[in-house]
Amino acid sequence: MPPLSQRWLLAALALAWVVSAFSGRMDAYFLDVAMGAGIAIVLASSLNLINGFTGQFSLGHAGFMAIGAYTSAMITTALGPKLGWSAPLQQWLLFPASLLAGGLLAAIAGFAIGAPSLRLKGDYLAIVTLGFGEIIKVLLQNMDSVGAARGLVGVPSYTNLFWTFGAAAVTVYAVWGLVNSTYGRGFLAVADDEIAAEAMGLNTTRYKITAFMVGSFFAGVAGGLYAHLKGYLNPSGFDFNKSIEIVVMVILGGMGKHVGVIVAAVLLTVVQEPLRQLGDFRMILYSLILIILMITRPQGLFTWKTRKKVEPA
Amino acid sequence: MSAPLLQLDRVTIRFGGLTAVSEVSVSVGEGELVGLIGPNGAGKTTLFNMVTGVYQPSEGTIAFHGKPTAGLKPFEITARGIARTFQNIRLFPSLTVFDNVRVAFHLHLNHDSVHSLTRGRKFRAEERELKERTKELLDIFNLYRLRDEAAKSLPYGDQRRLEIVRALATQPKLLLLDEPAAGMNPAEKTELMKLIRFIQEKFQLAILLVEHDMKVVMGICERIHVLEYGRKIAEGTPGEVRANPKVIAAYLGKSEE
Repeated sequence: MPPLSQRWLLAALALAWVVSAFSGRMDAYFLDVAMGAGIAIVLASSLNLINGFTGQFSLGHAGFMAIGAYTSAMITTALGPKLGWSAPLQQWLLFPASLLAGGLLAAIAGFAIGAPSLRLKGDYLAIVTLGFGEIIKVLLQNMDSVGAARGLVGVPSYTNLFWTFGAAAVTVYAVWGLVNSTYGRGFLAVADDEIAAEAMGLNTTRYKITAFMVGSFFAGVAGGLYAHLKGYLNPSGFDFNKSIEIVVMVILGGMGKHVGVIVAAVLLTVVQEPLRQLGDFRMILYSLILIILMITRPQGLFTWKTRKKVEPA
Repeated sequence: MSAPLLQLDRVTIRFGGLTAVSEVSVSVGEGELVGLIGPNGAGKTTLFNMVTGVYQPSEGTIAFHGKPTAGLKPFEITARGIARTFQNIRLFPSLTVFDNVRVAFHLHLNHDSVHSLTRGRKFRAEERELKERTKELLDIFNLYRLRDEAAKSLPYGDQRRLEIVRALATQPKLLLLDEPAAGMNPAEKTELMKLIRFIQEKFQLAILLVEHDMKVVMGICERIHVLEYGRKIAEGTPGEVRANPKVIAAYLGKSEE
């Protein structure tokens, strides 16, 4: 019998499967928003591991997402037709493989950017990760093989409810599992006091790099899902605003809170829809929300109790 | 006589032009309780930070169990068996009392991030055992009743004790206590002296104690080293140190003759 947490994961996957089977009868607009919310959960939960639980302020999540999006899209668009696989085989085998590949490449990028810069703290780390995100964007804008600034078109629509909410369930489980163990409490210890953590024998650099790699892996997976949901990729979609959007979800939900961040991710995705006509003025609203929140509820909107002491297996 | 547990040999550290600690030799034997005293700014905490790898000495060597510790990171030194507390308490403030101690078992874990995800039978068995051991340790110090409180919400005295308990969870051979009596009233200080004695016997470890409070140091230490302006000016039993004119001068000032 697997432990309770894994039974929950299996149940969530099964539910996603069943609901996905009925997606043919659902409204296309509703489906689009729902899948967007699933992707937002993946993004916010994974950033929560870095910014919330481990206390490393990263502003580069959109960059990792871009790496995953382009990697995965290139695999299905460039490699897919050459394989000559049947359509179901492409959606159920090539597509998840491309998601994994995108995630892995993002994780490698996470290691490459994390290893040298995690010695920096607070604002400095934020600036380095911000710079990283911009570099990725500019690189993509100048790479002709991926459509440069014109964008990458013709990405097949493989993303469905199962893949988005399956990925969301796996992400939430992974982040929950990582921090809920004696080893995993080390992430929180690093966030609380690095010097004390070192003195207790914790290799703080290793913790930070682990958080960074796992976080960027799932950001990469989210990017792949996003690419195959929209069918079109443009480097400018992975800019600073996108990173901020994810940060807002984490802060709104409460840094280091699992459920709160999920609720915030869904809420912000849904709220965005009526705000779409405002265009870039949306960002003003975001900034306002952030400022008001930081003053009135720094612990997050959706946090109602303190961390539980002893977690179930 | 066998080699001492901790041996500092003519250790010097300079910060730019300032020599904070100069040619200090200190040794701590197995199971010994040694005090380190001196006026403000004498270099006591700096010495601690060199032993625990926060600073690297400019000159001289530090050896633990006869092996030099130069170049080791703080967490590697803790892994060798040296644990410490901090002058201004450094708990994990947002973690519960229970988790503060549980995290400190880190060095003795058989699981890591991968096992936290697979959560197999062995992992769960180890977690159960760790929870039991954390409970036992907290029970000894009567802190288990506060297990679900965030560490930052504890009263000052309990925070000090919790920090010691957390250090013990790393299962050290040598415990470094940096001014554990700071901010305590006389009754609490008496309690603390008992506690330190108790820990030394119960856990069979050596203790190096930095302290300002003469009563505490004189009361429990077997040997005392006295620092002033980064130099060692005296060493001996409490009685010898108390009678040493240099020590008296350092603490009370010299008389004009």
